[in-house]
Amino acid sequence: MSKILITINGKEYSAEAGKMVLEVAKEVGIYIPTLCHYEGIKAQGSCRICTCLIDGRKMTACTTPASHRMVVETNTEELEKIRATIVELLFAEGNHFCPACERSGNCELQALAYRYKMMVPQFPYNFPSRDLDATNPKIMIDHNRCILCKRCIRRKKEKDNPSWFVFKGRGHKTQINIDHELIDKEFDDKLAQEAMDTCPVGAIIRKEKGFDVPIGSRKYDKDPIGSDIKKQGVIL
Amino acid sequence: MSKKITIEPVTRVEGHGKVTIHLDDNNQVSQSRLHIVEFRGFERFVQGRPYWEAPVLVQRLCGICPVSHHLAAAKALDVIVGAGTGDGLTPTGEKMRRLMHYGQIFQSHVLHFFHLASPDLLFGIDGDPALRNVIGIAIKHKELAVQAVMMRKYGQEVIKVTAGKKIHGTGAIPGGINKHLTQTEKDSLLNGDDPMNIDKMIDWSLGALEFFKDYHSKNKDLIDKFAAFPSSHVSLVRKDGAMDLYHGVLRGIDSDGNKILNDVDYQDYLQYIDEEVKSWSYMKFPYLRSIGKKDGWYRVGPLARMNTCDFIPSPLAQKEFEIFQAYTNGKPNGMSMHMHWARLIEILHSAEMMKELLNDPDLMSGELVVKGTKGREGVGLLEAPRGTLFHHYRINDDDQIEMANLIVSTTNNNIPMNTAVNLAAKQFMNGQTEITEGMMNAVEVAIRAYDPCLSCATHALGKMPLEAIILDSYGKELDRKLKNG
Repeated sequence: MSKILITINGKEYSAEAGKMVLEVAKEVGIYIPTLCHYEGIKAQGSCRICTCLIDGRKMTACTTPASHRMVVETNTEELEKIRATIVELLFAEGNHFCPACERSGNCELQALAYRYKMMVPQFPYNFPSRDLDATNPKIMIDHNRCILCKRCIRRKKEKDNPSWFVFKGRGHKTQINIDHELIDKEFDDKLAQEAMDTCPVGAIIRKEKGFDVPIGSRKYDKDPIGSDIKKQGVIL
Repeated sequence: MSKKITIEPVTRVEGHGKVTIHLDDNNQVSQSRLHIVEFRGFERFVQGRPYWEAPVLVQRLCGICPVSHHLAAAKALDVIVGAGTGDGLTPTGEKMRRLMHYGQIFQSHVLHFFHLASPDLLFGIDGDPALRNVIGIAIKHKELAVQAVMMRKYGQEVIKVTAGKKIHGTGAIPGGINKHLTQTEKDSLLNGDDPMNIDKMIDWSLGALEFFKDYHSKNKDLIDKFAAFPSSHVSLVRKDGAMDLYHGVLRGIDSDGNKILNDVDYQDYLQYIDEEVKSWSYMKFPYLRSIGKKDGWYRVGPLARMNTCDFIPSPLAQKEFEIFQAYTNGKPNGMSMHMHWARLIEILHSAEMMKELLNDPDLMSGELVVKGTKGREGVGLLEAPRGTLFHHYRINDDDQIEMANLIVSTTNNNIPMNTAVNLAAKQFMNGQTEITEGMMNAVEVAIRAYDPCLSCATHALGKMPLEAIILDSYGKELDRKLKNG
């Protein structure tokens, strides 16, 4: 495997060629926030939260391949402002009521809001009228909380088509839908848990399992999102 | 010429409250009403949500007693998930919830008595409002203020180790609890550094009772006569008649002590209790069906619990209970200000129960959750600090809540609070054309005996936004007094 030299935040690193900027940064212990990205499935760069300054241009780190002599800035003041704004827009766009949500403490969107110290979005809330699909015996989809990251669709599709979930509608009417026939045939508790874990927010939830992890033991209770990357990072 | 005095807002209890007092041509109080004029709607917006969300969602009704709503909802859902009613949980599940509940009663009662009510006792109903608040207590009675703060903190710590957070935790889940007590948590609550340990809390609870009894002996007129009236009383009691704040059967007695609800299963509460709606308040008016709308109202809360139970199952509180009972020769006690006395006995009882539970090994290991055959409907009752709290849910085939009915303690006390307000208004305003701050506070003292949620702003800051207006029968303003928040 050939090596490249890449400069991230003013420091030069050696990395394997063919990897995305996000992966390289992670390997060297630099956290770039993500939402639509999910480890192991092909990136799509739709949420834009991983936007970095790459050779002077704003590009998504999850879809930009790292190249030799590339210069990357991951955390300028402007970038952090852009990311905070994206998080605020997502909160204003849906109905995200953290106090009663069972993903609270395990939610990536909430964790990012804490990271960016969001008190209240600068934008007016949309308060869309959305429903909850609870017809499946194993899982339910709460459209109020869905951020349309498509992780649930992409994850299954990459492994073996077709997916349990599909997009329905277009534009602001787009929703995730369940393929009930397929899920009824294939789903067990383990797969239901996997589907829930794939969702970054509380849109896909397992039935009758909520709040069983006590406060203090949830994913982001003690360390903010991204702490794990900083801990495991080793400078090459 | 008849007049109407409006006190608005009285501050929040499930929203915004106001009091209107009507004076007749001779400036005599003809009618007083406590209006709850803000609509909350929790029963409506919980519909469609997954049922396991209810204990976490509905507790947001309140920031003082969220644990009560959290546990009442969880108890109702225990029935739905087939874990039975109250005693069907695993020992760990039930005891952790009980510990949470006693922590809640302890901290909430401490807040109610020390922070909110004691300024009226120590500085007088018409005392200087600049001093008649918790800051005044801190300046003039420092030791008492420190105790109040530390006792409340202790109760909050108990809630934190059982629910995960001091306010709005997630500990109780349908069929049980989501955590054990750790050794560190147990040690810190049992034997923490002075004063944060359970023995100190019991000492201070006894001290608070002595303080009250001493005050009572010197101020019998205020404590025995202010807003006193006979009534029926309702609460949960343990099957053997003992006081039980977490679980039991529904018992009601009339003002002579005769049983009017004979230890019934609360799953059937709708057979015994109905709610009336009146045009002037968003708060409903519960009554016992067997007696009817007019006379079927009852009191709930610490005073009712003292009146309905046969004994208190903890030794120090039992001794105090005997003194309390002896004061009325064993007859039901209808004196509103004795609500504070009863509250202090419950503080002591809660502290004793917490000590017993903290020493129980079941809290540190054992199964957390139990489930059985799923049902569609469940009712959960418990004795919240302010009184009996009812939660009732029905779910659909898809695990969504399709019906919720909540009768909160304050609602149960609707008519009693109106009665107390009326009596206070008569005592302090009959024959008066000018309203003084002391008169307005007297009305609040009556409400405060039942529910501090209505008065927290007053005593927390000493600056409750309060407006009183005297109007003549044509609506012309005769007098207006305003306190800004």
